[in-house]
Amino acid sequence: MSPSNPDELDTPAVIELVDVTKIYSTGQLEVAALRGVSIRIEENEFVAITGPSGSGKSTLMQILGCLDVPTAGTFRLSGHDVSSFDEDQLADVRNLFIGFVFQQFNLLAYMSAWRNVELPLMYSGVHPAERRERALAALDKVGLADRARHKPGELSGGQQQRVAVARALDTEPAMILADEPTGNLDSTSTADVLDLFHELNREGRTIVLITHEHDIAARAQRIINIRDGNVWPLATADTAWARVPS
Amino acid sequence: MGTGAVVTWRDTFRTATEAVRTHRLRSALTMLGILIGITAVVLTVGLGQGAKAKVRDQINELGTNVLVVSPGSTTSSTGSRGGFGSASTLTTQDAAALGDKQAAPDITAVAPASTTSVSLVYGTTNWTTTLTGTTPGWKDVRSRGVTTGRFITAADQKSAAPVVVLGPDTVSQLFNSVDPIGKMVTYNGVQLQVIGVLTPLSSNEATSNNDLAIVPISTYAQKLVGGSNRDSVSSIYVKATSAGTLSAAYQEADTLLLNRHKITTATSADFSIATQQSILTAATSVDNTLTVMLAGIAIIALLVGGIGVMNIMLVSVTERIREIGLRKSLGARPRLIRRQFLVEASLLGLAGGVLGVTLGLLGAVLLPQFTDSRVIVSVPASIGAIAMAMGIGVVFGVYPATRAARLAPIDALRSE
Ligand SMILES: Nc1ncnc2c1ncn2[C@@H]1O[C@H](COP(=O)(O)OP(=O)(O)OP(=O)(O)O)[C@@H](O)[C@H]1O
Ligand SMILES: [Mg+2]
Repeated sequence: MSPSNPDELDTPAVIELVDVTKIYSTGQLEVAALRGVSIRIEENEFVAITGPSGSGKSTLMQILGCLDVPTAGTFRLSGHDVSSFDEDQLADVRNLFIGFVFQQFNLLAYMSAWRNVELPLMYSGVHPAERRERALAALDKVGLADRARHKPGELSGGQQQRVAVARALDTEPAMILADEPTGNLDSTSTADVLDLFHELNREGRTIVLITHEHDIAARAQRIINIRDGNVWPLATADTAWARVPS
Repeated sequence: MGTGAVVTWRDTFRTATEAVRTHRLRSALTMLGILIGITAVVLTVGLGQGAKAKVRDQINELGTNVLVVSPGSTTSSTGSRGGFGSASTLTTQDAAALGDKQAAPDITAVAPASTTSVSLVYGTTNWTTTLTGTTPGWKDVRSRGVTTGRFITAADQKSAAPVVVLGPDTVSQLFNSVDPIGKMVTYNGVQLQVIGVLTPLSSNEATSNNDLAIVPISTYAQKLVGGSNRDSVSSIYVKATSAGTLSAAYQEADTLLLNRHKITTATSADFSIATQQSILTAATSVDNTLTVMLAGIAIIALLVGGIGVMNIMLVSVTERIREIGLRKSLGARPRLIRRQFLVEASLLGLAGGVLGVTLGLLGAVLLPQFTDSRVIVSVPASIGAIAMAMGIGVVFGVYPATRAARLAPIDALRSE
């Protein structure tokens, strides 16, 4: 759909960022977290976003997830300009098109696992009985069917993250956004969660995964490397990294 | 997209109750503010209602269709208060004239009365009660009778007989279990023979109706409490033949007394006539003022409770900022977040209201045991109080709920 790439018009990208800038203003300080990022992520891609700390990865994910809006530039989701959406529409996009997995799990401590998982379904207006069924099915998929009645505090970190993945997948979103989902997990749990993402990708979902770890990124179809709020080709980034005295 | 996902009220209520239950202490504290306010409202309004009912009962116990003639003119809105101290302008002759069936056909019974507080002695027992000197007509006007013995008669009246009829409470205080009839009680060295005991009035606090002593007015004036004018009385009770003739009886009494006192202009009358209704109005208007004042204070207490709700809801919003962010990231529309907090606030208000009314009802039962005040809590008042509590919750929940709804999902998620 990008006018500069007329040959791609017939295969609309799930995600298209054109010259996206994000500037955080805190008092007098202005931080440019993204400086003209242009990327395309096709349907059913598995993309890893890597880059050093503070480079703008989380900022990028927040924009992709419609949690924040760019300061400048265009963000199109399946061809729709997201800046034209109002609050309610943004909420609906998050609910129906996107599943989030956070580094800190972000489960509600006072609700059991399955109640956490059914939350997005509640916001889609799904009937309670069907909600329960789908939540339990999602928990089954992440291998936690027997833990449905447990509160997050009664689960291990890896299990909590799998609950979070179940919550992200039960609305059957087109895209799953994960910001360092394995950052708090040991190697076994990391493998479990990653396997889940790959399985979801095989089912046809787009996966965008932010990670620090090279071997995790290496399993992705494509790596988008961010440095200083810009996309860098991987090799160049490495060279640049080597040149910058730290 | 833009399907307009709807979350049912059922889900909203469930989410809200879960939040209320999860943050128990905080919810309890929020409710406490409302609870105290509602209890205060229920009790003050109940006390006001009770005081009014009490006055109404006391006035009704005068008997039905009764007019009270008092000496002195109607100088103030509170009714017949003038003319005390100085010699009374009403006399036993006035009372006798009012009893004239020809001049006043609508008056069925008349009783002059003079009253004072006295100390009666029987044996070694001493009891202070209200002594009333009156005529046999008193029992007709006041619709009272005797359980044992007899009431004072015209003969007693004529001879100024040293006889007394006692109220049931007076008897039990003075005589314990002894049969009082025929016994002698002493007042000021004068011996009075007990000739009868009045029927008890079944009222909550009719102490003044069940604890009294009645003597012939002649005995009262000549032997017991003789004043400067032995014919003067402190009031005259007049009973109309029926409720329909009450105003006619009023006119007749008024005309008759004006003539007897040789007064030409009604405004300079040296007496005043009160109906039960006018006494009631005067008495309850005082109570109304008091009730409004007390209720005002109670409402201030309720407002403070409401501000407490707002305060704690704001704390709650801040504390649950991550939860709000998460809910938004999962697709909760702002309006829904707002509604969830509003329902939470109104649930707290409702719970506080129900508990407050319960406590108020408990107070309504307990308070009369320790004081002689009556508390009346009506069903509509209780429902009103609960509705008010819920309303307070909603009104003071709007601001915190709106703040929660306005939070940017990312700011909410990022906070630690
Ligand atoms: N709310 C904010 N206000 C001000 N500056 C911010 C805010 N959020 C992020 N930044 C800044 O924007 C830049 C990018 O931050 P971002 O969180 O996107 O980095 P990141 O790549 O996710 O880093 P990490 O790998 O450590 O998570 C940083 O310099 C950060 O300090
Ligand atoms: Mg980050």
